[in-house]
Amino acid sequence: MSSVLLAEQVLNGLQLGVMLFLTAAGLTLIFGVMGLINLAHGSLYMIGAFAAAAVAGATGSFLLALAGALAAAALAGAIIEMAVIRRLYNADHLDQVLATFALILIFSEGTRWVFGSFPLFLDTPDALSGPMSLPGGIEYPKYRLALIGVGLAVAVGLWLLIEKTRLGIQIRAGENDREMIAALGVDIRKLYTLVFALGAALAGLAGALVGAIQSVQVGMGEPVLILAFVVIVIGGIGSIKGAFVGALLVGLTDTLGGIFLPELFKLFMEPSSATSLGSSLASMAIYILMSLVLIWRPTGLFGARP
Amino acid sequence: MIPERLLNALILLGLIAVPAWALWADEPFTITLATRAVILALAAVGLNIALGIGGLVSLGHATFFGIGGYAMGILAFHAQSYTALEIGPLTLEGTKSMPVIWAVAVVFSALAAWGIGLLSLRTSGVYFIMITLAFGQMFFYFAISWSTYGGEDGLSIYLRNGFPGLNTLDPIQFFGLCFAILCAVLFAKARLMASPFGLALNAARQVPGRVEAVGLNPQRLKLVAFILSGAITGLAGALFADLNRFVSPTMFSWQFSGEIMILVILGGVARLFGPVMGAVAFVMLEHWLGGLTEFWHIALGAILLGIVLFARGGLIGILTGKGAAHG
Repeated sequence: MSSVLLAEQVLNGLQLGVMLFLTAAGLTLIFGVMGLINLAHGSLYMIGAFAAAAVAGATGSFLLALAGALAAAALAGAIIEMAVIRRLYNADHLDQVLATFALILIFSEGTRWVFGSFPLFLDTPDALSGPMSLPGGIEYPKYRLALIGVGLAVAVGLWLLIEKTRLGIQIRAGENDREMIAALGVDIRKLYTLVFALGAALAGLAGALVGAIQSVQVGMGEPVLILAFVVIVIGGIGSIKGAFVGALLVGLTDTLGGIFLPELFKLFMEPSSATSLGSSLASMAIYILMSLVLIWRPTGLFGARP
Repeated sequence: MIPERLLNALILLGLIAVPAWALWADEPFTITLATRAVILALAAVGLNIALGIGGLVSLGHATFFGIGGYAMGILAFHAQSYTALEIGPLTLEGTKSMPVIWAVAVVFSALAAWGIGLLSLRTSGVYFIMITLAFGQMFFYFAISWSTYGGEDGLSIYLRNGFPGLNTLDPIQFFGLCFAILCAVLFAKARLMASPFGLALNAARQVPGRVEAVGLNPQRLKLVAFILSGAITGLAGALFADLNRFVSPTMFSWQFSGEIMILVILGGVARLFGPVMGAVAFVMLEHWLGGLTEFWHIALGAILLGIVLFARGGLIGILTGKGAAHG
C-alpha cells in the first residue's frame, strides 16, 4: 500500500469528519443549551440539500444555492422550534425522541411529495471541479479540499462566536443556568429559537455541500444523523470541542477502517473471507469505537461528569 | 369513559372477532393483517417491560427482533437446503420446527440483551438511548455484510415452519398460535408487574436511591428487565419472520426500533394493553391510510406528534380518561 493512497484516504477521512462536524455541532449545541435530543436534525440536513438543488436548478449559481440552503434550513429550524420543539424542553427524553421521530416522518414524506422519489443532482462549481496536485504527487479533487477548508473555517468561526461574542456568552450562560440568565434580562425564548436556527443552518450547509458529491434524495439525512449522534456521544454531549474531535475520529475510523481492515485480515486469512470479515468489521468500526469510549468514559471524551 | 379492564377485554375480543369474521367472509388477507398486529403487539409488549416499567428508553430493540428473525431464517435455511450448520467444531442440523426455533430465538436474544444491557446500563439518559441505537446499527451492518445468509437481500424461506398438531400454512391456525402466545405473555406480564420483582423494578425507575437503601441493586433489576424485554421481542421477531417467510437486515434497522416505540406510545406507556392497542391502531392506520395515499407517514407523524404533545396517556389514556399511567 503506497503512501499516496494513505494520504488520499486520510484526506477522505478528514473531509467526512469536517462535514460530520457541521451536522454534529448543531446537534450538540442544541442539546447543550436546551437539553433537547433532536432526531429531526437529519431532516434539516436534507432540507438544506434539496433547497440547494432547487436554487441551483433555477439560477445555476452554486453560491446562491448555498445561501438558499442556509436560509431554508434556518427558516425550517425556526419554524419547528416555535411550533413544536418549544413544548418539549421540559418533557423527558422519551417524548423528545418520539416527537422528533414524528417530525422525520412528516419531513421525509413531505419532501417526497414535493420533489418526488427520484434523486436530484447538484453540480460542483466549475472553479472547483477537477483535481489539484498536492506535494508528494497526490492528486486530490479540489472540491473535496474546499469542503475540508469550509469545515475548518466554520469550526473556527463557531469557536469565535461562542468564546468571543455577546451571543456566545449568552449561549454559554444558557447552558449553565437558564433561570439566572432569564433573570438578567435575556429573552431566553428568542435565544433558544436563535440557537436552534443556527444549528439547523449548519446542518443545512452540510447537506448542500455534501449534496454536490452525492445525490440529493429523501432519506439522505438519517445515516448522517446516526453518524452525528455517534460523534457527539463520543465527544461528550453538549461539547463543541468534543464534537470536533469526535467528528474527526469517526471520519478517519470509518474511512481508514474500510481500507485497512480487509488488508489487515489478509495477512493471516484467505483473501475472500478476509475481505468479507474485514469489510463487515469496518462498517461496524465506529459503533465499536463508540461503545468502547462509553464503557471507558460513560459521558464521552469531553462531556460533563455527573 | 370506559374502565380500563373493560377496554382491555374489548381489545382482546376485537382481536378474536375480526379474524373470525374474516374466516367466515373468506378474507384471508384480513387474517394476515390481524396476525401482523398480534406479532407487532408482542414485540411492543417486550419493549414496554424495559420502557414502561423499567424506564429504559431503548432505541435498539430492533436488535432483538432481528436476532429472533435470523434465528428462524438461519435454522429454516439450513433445513430447506439440507446443509449442516457448522459453528466451530459443532455441526448441527437446521430445523423447521417452530418450538425449537422459538427456543433458539429467545435464548439468543436474551443473551444479546444480557451483553448489551450490561454495557449500556453503565450509562443513563441520552447516552443510554444512543448506545442502544449504536448496538442496533452494529447488528444491522453485520447482517448486511453477512453474505452466507443473503447479506443485504435477506433470506427467503419457501414454506412456513411447522408446529406439532397444527397446519401453520392455514392463516387462521397461524393466527391462533400467535394470539395464544400473546395472551400467555400478557398474562405472565400482568403477574410480573404485581410480583415483588415488578414492584421493585417500578421503584427502581422512580427512585433508584431508595431502592438501593433497602438493599436492592437497581442496576441488576433493570438488567433483568432488559433481558426479559429483549427475549420477548426476539420471540416476536421469529414469529414475524415466519409470517412473511422472509428475513432481511431491515428487521435490525433503527427505524424499526422507532416504530416499536411508536406502538407503545400510541397505545399508552406502562399499560398492560397499551402495546396491543398501539399495534392494532398502527396496522389499521397502515392499511387504511396506506390505501388512500402513499404519503400516509405524514398522517402517522402528525398523529404521533399530537399524542406526544397533547395526550400523554396514548389511546388507552384517552379512552379511559385517565391520562398518563405515570409521568
